[in-house]
Amino acid sequence: MGRIVGLEGSFAVAEAVRMVNADVIAAYPITPQTHIVERLAEMVANGELDAEFICVESEHSAMSACVGASAAGARVFTCSAGQGLELMHEVLYIPSSMRLPVVAVAANRALSAPLSVWCDHSDAMSLRDIGWIQMFAENNQQAFDLTVCAYRMAEEVLFPAMVHIDGFYLSHVIEDMELPAEEDVRDFIPDYEHPFVLDPDKPVSMGCYAPPFIYPETKKAQEVDFEATKQKILKTWEEFGRIFGRYYSPVELYRMEDARIALLVMGSLSETAMLAVDEMRDAGEAVGLIRLRLWRPFPFAELRAAVKDIELLVVLDRAISFGMGGPVCSEVRSALYNLVERPPVIGFIGGLGGRDISVAEFRYMIKRARERVNAGEEREDKPELIGIRE
Amino acid sequence: MSEEILFIPREVTTEENFAPGHRACIGCGEALAVRLVCKALGKNVIIVTATGCIEIISSLLPQTSWRVPWIHTLFENVAAVVSGIESAYKARIRKGKIPSKGVKFVGFAGDGGTSDIGIQALSGAMERGHDFLYVCFDNEAYMNTGIQRSSATPYGAWTTTAPVGEKRPLGQMTWKKNMPEIAVAHRIPYVATACPSYPFDLMDKVRRGLDMAGPAYIHVFSPCPTGWRCRPDISVELGRLAVETGIFPLYEVVNGEYHLSIDLPELRPVREYFKHQGRFRHLSDDVIEEIQARVEADYKRLREKAGLE
Ligand SMILES: Cc1ncc(C[n+]2csc(CCOP(=O)(O)OP(=O)(O)O)c2C)c(N)n1
Ligand code: SF4
Ligand SMILES: [Mg+2]
Repeated sequence: MGRIVGLEGSFAVAEAVRMVNADVIAAYPITPQTHIVERLAEMVANGELDAEFICVESEHSAMSACVGASAAGARVFTCSAGQGLELMHEVLYIPSSMRLPVVAVAANRALSAPLSVWCDHSDAMSLRDIGWIQMFAENNQQAFDLTVCAYRMAEEVLFPAMVHIDGFYLSHVIEDMELPAEEDVRDFIPDYEHPFVLDPDKPVSMGCYAPPFIYPETKKAQEVDFEATKQKILKTWEEFGRIFGRYYSPVELYRMEDARIALLVMGSLSETAMLAVDEMRDAGEAVGLIRLRLWRPFPFAELRAAVKDIELLVVLDRAISFGMGGPVCSEVRSALYNLVERPPVIGFIGGLGGRDISVAEFRYMIKRARERVNAGEEREDKPELIGIRE
Repeated sequence: MSEEILFIPREVTTEENFAPGHRACIGCGEALAVRLVCKALGKNVIIVTATGCIEIISSLLPQTSWRVPWIHTLFENVAAVVSGIESAYKARIRKGKIPSKGVKFVGFAGDGGTSDIGIQALSGAMERGHDFLYVCFDNEAYMNTGIQRSSATPYGAWTTTAPVGEKRPLGQMTWKKNMPEIAVAHRIPYVATACPSYPFDLMDKVRRGLDMAGPAYIHVFSPCPTGWRCRPDISVELGRLAVETGIFPLYEVVNGEYHLSIDLPELRPVREYFKHQGRFRHLSDDVIEEIQARVEADYKRLREKAGLE
C-alpha cells in the first residue's frame, strides 16, 4: 500500500528514480534541479539505490554518459534546467535518433541573459524538436507519477522521455502526496532488455554516417515510430490509473462542461488557474481550463475535441519566441487552423523568470480577451505581456 | 614493464576487427594505426569513436568496417560516452543483470576531438578514474573537414585556417599542445606515445593500456598524406622520421615513471622530415633553426624525466 508523505518535488522525482531501480545516473548540478542530484547521490551513498552515480563535469557529458549507458543496456537517469539543458542540447537529439530510452527531468528555468535561476518555460521551448516524449507536471504527485510513467513509455517504444517540472514551484515546494509501495512500482516498471546493446557477443555499429541517399529514410522511420508512441503513452497512463488510482491524459479538462471560454496552460500554473476558474464559475461565468499534459507527440485530436464547443480560447505562455509571440499559443493555433469551425485564440505571455501569476491575473486575461473580442481584435496575433511594470 | 614484449610478428592475429574496404585515402596513416590498434584490442571490447576521419571512412550506412561493437554519437563527447558504457557494465554486473565477461572499453578520437573540443570530457573521465583506454589518432589537423588547424598542428605548418600569406608567412603560429603531458598531469596509471611505423611497439602499448586498471591514454602519431601534402607511399617513412628527428619521441609513463621506448643517441635534423611535406615548404632557414632548437630542448627534457640525463 502507498503512504501519504510530505515531499519536495525534487525528492519526489528522486524517489521515482529509486523505485524504478535505475542503473546509471549522470547529472550535473544547476539551480533549481540541484536537490534531485543531491538526493540521488545520497541514496547511492547510503545504499538505498544500487546505481553508478557519474559526477560528470558538464551537462553535455551528462547526456553523453546517459547515451552510452543506455546503449549498453542500462536504465538511466539525468536531470537539468535552463542553461544546463542548453549545454546538453546537441546531445539530446542522439537518444531519440538512436532509439535509446533515456529518461530525464527538467526543472524548468529561465535563460540568461540577464541571469535568472527562476522558473519559466524558455528552456523547455528550445527543446521542442528533439524527438523526445515530453510531459508537463503540475504538482509533486505528478512529478513522481510522470517520472515513473516515463520509464514505462520510453522502454516500450524505445524513445527517450522527459518530464518537465516547474523550477522552485515544484522542485523546492513540499506538498502532501502519495508514495506508492515500491513493489507496485517495480511490477509496473519491470526489468527491460534493449534488443540491440553494445555487447561483444553480438557486435553492432551504432551512430553511422548517412549521406543523402539514406538520411531521409532514417528520419521517416523515426517520425512514423514516434507518432506511434501515442498509443503506448495512452496505454501506460490507463494502466497506471488502474493500478495507482490516478489517471492522466494528453489534454486534461477542468470544469469544461458547457464552458464558453477556456484557458490553456502548462505546468504548475494550472493550479492557480483552477482557483481562478472556480472563482469565475462562482460568479456565473462559463469559464473552464485546459491543461496540456502531453507536449510531444502533440495531442492534436484531444486538443481539437477540447475546444469544439467553446467561443474563445485564451493561452498563457511562459516563454517568448522573439518576433513571433508565445510558442505554445502558436502551436495551438496551428493545431486548430485546419478546423472549419474554431474559436479565436488569444495569447498572453507571463510568469517569465519566476514572476508569479495570481488568480487576479487569470481573471484579467479573461477580461482582456473578452474586450479584444468585443473590439473585433480577436484574430489579432500579438500576445500581451502581462504583469509588466511600464 | 616497458621491457616486456607482447607482440611478435608471427603471433599477431591475421583477423581484422577493423575490416578492409573502408574509405580512407591512399596511404592513410590513421587507418593503418586504427587497424593495428584493433588487432591488439581483440574482440572483447566496445569502441566509441568521435566524429572525424575514422568515423567517416568506416561507417557509411548501410555498411560498417567494425567487427566489434562500435558507437559514434558526436565530436566532443567520446570520453563521456565511454564513461556511461563502463558504468552501465559495472552496475549491471553488480546487480546480477549480466555476467562479468571482462569487456574492455575504448575511446578513439582525432587530435581535434581530443586536444581541442573533447578535452573537457576527456579530462573529466580521466579524473573520475573510469576503467578505459583512450586512443588519440593525431594527424595534426582537422582533416575530416578539410585540413583546418588544431592545437596539435605543429609550429610553422600550413593548414587552411593557418594559411601562408604575405602578412603571415608562417602558417601555424603556435607550438603543438602537449596532450600526453596533460594526460600525465591527471596522474592516470598509463600514458604512452606510439606510431604505426613501429607496429609492435604500438600494439604492445595498446595491450598494456588495456590491461591497466583505470584510465589509460595513448597518443598515436598518424601521418596523413592528404593533409600534409606529401606522397601517399611515404606515410610509414614519415612516422619513422618524426621519431628519429625527435619531433615525436616514443615513450611510456607508467604510474608516473617515464621510459623512453627508443632512445636515440643522435637526433636526425628536422629538415629531413620537413622536406617531404608540402605543409612545411614555405619555412625559412631561420624558422627551421628555431624548431630544431626547440625539438632538441624538448627531447633533452624528456630524457631527464626518464632519468637518462
Ligand atoms: C560540435 C561540432 N563542431 C564541429 C564539427 C565539425 N567537425 C567534424 S570532424 C571535425 C574535425 C576532426 O578533426 P580531428 O578530431 O583531428 O579528426 P581527423 O578528422 O583529423 O581524424 C570537425 C571540425 C562537428 N562535427 N561537431
Ligand atoms: S584525410 Fe588524412 S587522415 Fe583522413 S582519411 Fe585521408 S589520409 Fe587519412
Ligand atoms: Mg586530426
